[in-house]
Amino acid sequence: MLYFTKLKATLVLLVCALGVLYAAPNFLPSGTLPTESSYLPGKQINLGLDLRGGSHMLLEVDTDSVLRERYDALADAIRTELRQEQIRNRPREATANGAEITILRPDDVEKAREIARTAEPNTELSGEGNNIVVTYNEVAYRELIDRAIAQSLEVVRRRVDELGTTEPSIQRQGENRIVVQVPGLDDPSRLRAILGRTAKMNFHLVNNEKTAAEARATGLPPGTMILPSADEGDGIREYLIDRRIVVSGDNLVDSQPTFSDGRPVVSFRFDAAGGARFGDITSKNSGRGLAIVLDGEVISAPRINEPILGGNGIITGQFSVQEANDLSLLLRAGALPAPMQILEERSVGPGLGQDSVEAGEFAAVLGLVFVIAFMVISYGRFGVYADIALLMNLILVLAVMSVLQATLTLPGIAGIVLTVGMAVDANVLVFERIREERRNGRSIINAIDAGYRSAMSTILDANITTLIAALVLFSFGSGPIKGFAVTLAIGIITSMFSAIWLTRLMIATWVKRSRPTELVI
Amino acid sequence: MKPLHLIPDDVNVSFLKFRKIFYIASLVMVLASVGMFFTKGLNFGIDFRGGILVEIKTDGPADINALRDNLGSLGLGDVSIQEFGEPDDVLIQLQRQDGDEQAQMAALAAVTEALGEDVTIRRSELVGPKVGSELKEAGFYSVVISLFLIMVYIWIRFEWQFAIASVAALLHDVLITIGFFVITGVQFDLATLAAVLTVAGYSINDTVVVFDRIREYLRKFRKMEIPDLLDLSINSTLARTTMTSFTTLLALIALFVFGGEAIRGFTMALIFGIVIGTYSSICVASPLLVVLRLKRKIPEAEEGQEANA
Repeated sequence: MLYFTKLKATLVLLVCALGVLYAAPNFLPSGTLPTESSYLPGKQINLGLDLRGGSHMLLEVDTDSVLRERYDALADAIRTELRQEQIRNRPREATANGAEITILRPDDVEKAREIARTAEPNTELSGEGNNIVVTYNEVAYRELIDRAIAQSLEVVRRRVDELGTTEPSIQRQGENRIVVQVPGLDDPSRLRAILGRTAKMNFHLVNNEKTAAEARATGLPPGTMILPSADEGDGIREYLIDRRIVVSGDNLVDSQPTFSDGRPVVSFRFDAAGGARFGDITSKNSGRGLAIVLDGEVISAPRINEPILGGNGIITGQFSVQEANDLSLLLRAGALPAPMQILEERSVGPGLGQDSVEAGEFAAVLGLVFVIAFMVISYGRFGVYADIALLMNLILVLAVMSVLQATLTLPGIAGIVLTVGMAVDANVLVFERIREERRNGRSIINAIDAGYRSAMSTILDANITTLIAALVLFSFGSGPIKGFAVTLAIGIITSMFSAIWLTRLMIATWVKRSRPTELVI
Repeated sequence: MKPLHLIPDDVNVSFLKFRKIFYIASLVMVLASVGMFFTKGLNFGIDFRGGILVEIKTDGPADINALRDNLGSLGLGDVSIQEFGEPDDVLIQLQRQDGDEQAQMAALAAVTEALGEDVTIRRSELVGPKVGSELKEAGFYSVVISLFLIMVYIWIRFEWQFAIASVAALLHDVLITIGFFVITGVQFDLATLAAVLTVAGYSINDTVVVFDRIREYLRKFRKMEIPDLLDLSINSTLARTTMTSFTTLLALIALFVFGGEAIRGFTMALIFGIVIGTYSSICVASPLLVVLRLKRKIPEAEEGQEANA
């Protein structure tokens, strides 16, 4: 065990040299780092949001509402065809479970089922008696969901980009979730405000037959609905508006916050088609109210005084400057295909992150000093070797993390500190074994050799079991925990290298050079 | 200078003689932990329970009572307010709000607004009911899966008695560590769960070192009685066991004292677990092998070399 071929010794030293090289950028100020084109490594460890500050949000896209909308449209399409065939029917409330229609005359059911079956490809027909239920099959369902998520990702990306932060990360997770990570964000409430809204904006005409209150009392005129006012400051709580969308927010191409009469308002511009429709509607409906509906609430319903041609307009409302900014941002970035909910949010301010890094570094260095001193006290010369290996081990952990661009989190620092304690374990195993072998009367070289040989399987068993726990942690873990598992796993692997190879190389060299006649251990 | 020997070279303690005492002590601790777990229960943090956590820094020492009055009047249920490490650092926790994720969001907004501009929000966390229960489930499975995998590994490397004894010791450590959280009421969150799993890995590591030695001696000392052999193995590895635990504890204590408030619960769990893990690998795991009637395999001439592999 004490004999190293030249090749092996070179390899060990080479690994150490590479470790130093790749760990080095972490100790340099970021201005002096080698650039991409350089041959020298220039990657620093990626700090997690808990250390650099920033926001992590887990969002869930309400895919049921996408389905509901689609089934609603599908039911409409089928009913149109049924009407053409003079089949009397009644719609059922739209759900995410399928387009449901009740056929009123039993004789028509057979024919109606045939129409429903062929209404749209990739659908399945079910339902009993005079009920018809059409659902999407697996392929269509998956495509629908995937498209909704892809759209949501795109909209979320545009919205987050508007905040002007660097390196936001936006990823899909699982079937219908999106993870947003924004480093260095000072005010998470802003992110919350812009991610929590669907921002579906449509223009509807206000019904001019009745007021909302009259409609509540006497019944809704056909084709109308009552929507609440977004802000009750102007004294109106509800509006009765036509269901029909006259111009949709999909036609918007730009929107900016601005001022009108000293109050914050939001300006918008339509594309050519939207502009034409808008001009047309405003020409024909002079005197009526035009309701601007955002996510099911009426922002305002100004009266149309004159035709608005050219496709430009402004939205007035009870806005603060911030609200006007946010609304124009949302309109620019576009509407989400479905509402989203924030399932989880973790935000750390930059101050706390800095404090955590400092505290973690201090504790790590202190722990290191304790352990180094204790090893020297316990094992003398061999303790010094173990300490050199320990420092090398830390350098290797940093190097591997920089190369893999693994994320260092606060629990990750704890993982490193823990490896400091455990990294000496392999050496302790060997040294204790050498002591024993010496007591059993073996010669120095013999004892060292036997010490390494017998301790090897123990070292492997002991480290593999810990590695198992680390790997399970990694696969289960979310964010910070993953960071802990990463440093623990990397630390275990590098500590095996440094303890088994590096310390042994140092001891072997010492034995060869000085031919010791006495071993103090 | 003569190097320090933490454990004298000629140490010879008959651990097996006291095994009944260890069994009783361990059984009491395990039963107490499990009993308390089901009666008092863990003080789950918002990671598992769902809810809101806000850490703030105030100008000068924080007026906890004023904060309590201020936030208590929002009608958001139980608000826990405590000093966090420094007098001007305050941790605010809200229980999960009735209703869905939207309700949690509204509560967080209400709290930030009520706190006003005078305080700096250092950290805010919100865990909705959905994520909370998912994390709980995933946490439970991760413990079970790692225990299972470790047992399989030990089974492959050793006899079945070793596998059972090591997992028994492992469960012992995990349960008592959880018991520690139940009794102290220290909050149990994702980080502490990670600590518990690390304790599991560490504990098995410690146990395996002793078991390796037992396996070796089983081949070396053919005539020795099993209890004597176990004692000899424990004593031969005692120096290593204590030495490693000691260095690990040194590093962890530095982290506990200076690593900041945020990971204090986490390091506390590790420190406690490592003490328990060291105890169990010396006093519980190996003596259990007697109970499990560990025997030598009779024909093993060809296996003689394997112990040194």
